[in-house]
Amino acid sequence: MALALQTFSTVKDADAALKADGARYLGGGTLVVRATNEGDVSLLSFVRSTEPSLSTIAVSGGKIRLGASVTMAAIARHPDLSTLSPAARAVGGPAIRNMATVGGNLFAPAPYGDFTVALLALDATVSTDGGDQPLETFLAKRDDSRAIVTSVDFTLPKGGGFCFLKVSRVKPKGVSVLSIAAVLEQAADGTVSTARIALGCMADRPMRAKAAEKALLGRRLTKDGIAPALAAVGEGTSPITDPIASAWYRAQVLPVHLGRLLLGQVAGMETKA
Amino acid sequence: MAKVPVQFTLNGAEKAEFVDSGTTLLHALRDKIGDTSPKGGCHQGTCGACSVIIDGELRLSCLTLAETCNGATITTTSGLSEGGVLHPLQRAFLDAFATQCGFCTPGMIMAARVLLDHTPNPSRDEVVEALSGNICRCTGYEPIIQAVLTAARSNSQHAA
Repeated sequence: MALALQTFSTVKDADAALKADGARYLGGGTLVVRATNEGDVSLLSFVRSTEPSLSTIAVSGGKIRLGASVTMAAIARHPDLSTLSPAARAVGGPAIRNMATVGGNLFAPAPYGDFTVALLALDATVSTDGGDQPLETFLAKRDDSRAIVTSVDFTLPKGGGFCFLKVSRVKPKGVSVLSIAAVLEQAADGTVSTARIALGCMADRPMRAKAAEKALLGRRLTKDGIAPALAAVGEGTSPITDPIASAWYRAQVLPVHLGRLLLGQVAGMETKA
Repeated sequence: MAKVPVQFTLNGAEKAEFVDSGTTLLHALRDKIGDTSPKGGCHQGTCGACSVIIDGELRLSCLTLAETCNGATITTTSGLSEGGVLHPLQRAFLDAFATQCGFCTPGMIMAARVLLDHTPNPSRDEVVEALSGNICRCTGYEPIIQAVLTAARSNSQHAA
C-alpha cells in the first residue's frame, strides 16, 4: 500500500505533522521503508524535513555535532572523524551506508544499531526541538519518542582512548553477533581511571556494561587486570536470539571479545575495527 | 490517493511520471517507466539486487521513495551500453561467467560501476568491500570479483 509522504523545510513543521496517528519520520528509509515493505500496517504516512542543519557535521576542537540526517558514508569519509570511521563502516554495505542516518541508527533494533553503540560509549547527547538528553536516557524511552531528533553531540577522547569492535560471521559485511565500544582513560601509572563500555545485541537496544566499567577502575589493561571486568560484563544483559546467534552463544562469547578488545588497547589504545 | 509528480534524469533521458505518494523508486522504475534492470529481491535492503546510482552514490531503490528523487540523476544497468556495445563491466561479467541466473547482476554491476568511478584500479579487497552489500546465490562471488578486476584493467588499457 502506498503511503503519503509529507516534506517540510523546517523541523518544527515536521514535528507538528509527526503527531498524526501512524506518522513516522523518514530519514534514509532503511528502517521505515523496509517496515512498510514488510507489511507494517501501523505506518500510515511518512514525514521528513529538509532543514540543512540536519545534514551538517560540525567539528570544533574535539567536540562533534552530527546532524540527524548525516549518513554513515559521510561520517566514514570525513577527515576529522577517522576515529569513528570503523563504527560507521560497520553499518551495512556501501549502499546502506549512503542512506542510513545517525538519527535512524538511534532507533535501529538489535541486531542493528552498531553506530549507536559507539555513540553510547562516547556519552553522546541527543537533541530534539524539545531539548537535550543523554543518549542512555533517550534509548530507554525511544519507543515513546515523538520528537524529531535534530543532532547528536559528543566529545572525542583526546589522544585515542576510543575503540570499537563488531563481531559478525560474514566478512566484510555481516549482521552483528555483537558489538562493543569502549572509551578508556588511564592514569599515569597505567591503571584505568575512567571507563565507559557499550554493548550491542546484548539487549533489544544498545546498553552500558556498568558492572564491567566499575570492575575496570584502578586496574591495569593486562590479562589479570581485566579478569574481574570480563567476569562482570554479562551482568544486566539480556541478549537477543536471532538467526545469527542464540542468546546463550552471545553471552558466552561476550567476555572473550571484550577481553580481546581491552588487551588490544595496551599498545596505543587505537581504534579497532 | 492523489498521484504525485516525479521527475528525474534516467540514464541521460528526462523522465516524468505520476505515482502514488510513497511509491518506491524500484516500483516507479520497473512498473511505471519500464526499466526492469533493477530487481526486487528482498525489499529489505539486504540483497542489493535493486541497486541504482543516484547522483553518483550507490543506493537501494527498494528503500528509496520516488518522490525523494525529484531532480536527481539516476543511472541503472540498462543505461550502461552505448550504441549496442556493452560497457566493459557488462562484457567482463559475460566473459568471466560472472552471471548465472542473472538476478543479482544489475545490482553487482551498479556497485562495481561506482567503485571504478572513484577507484579506477581497485585492489581485490576494495572490490570485495564494494560488493559487500550485494548477494549472489549462484556464482560463489569469485567470478564476479575477477570480472570487476578485469573491467578495471580493461579501462586502464583504454585510458593509456
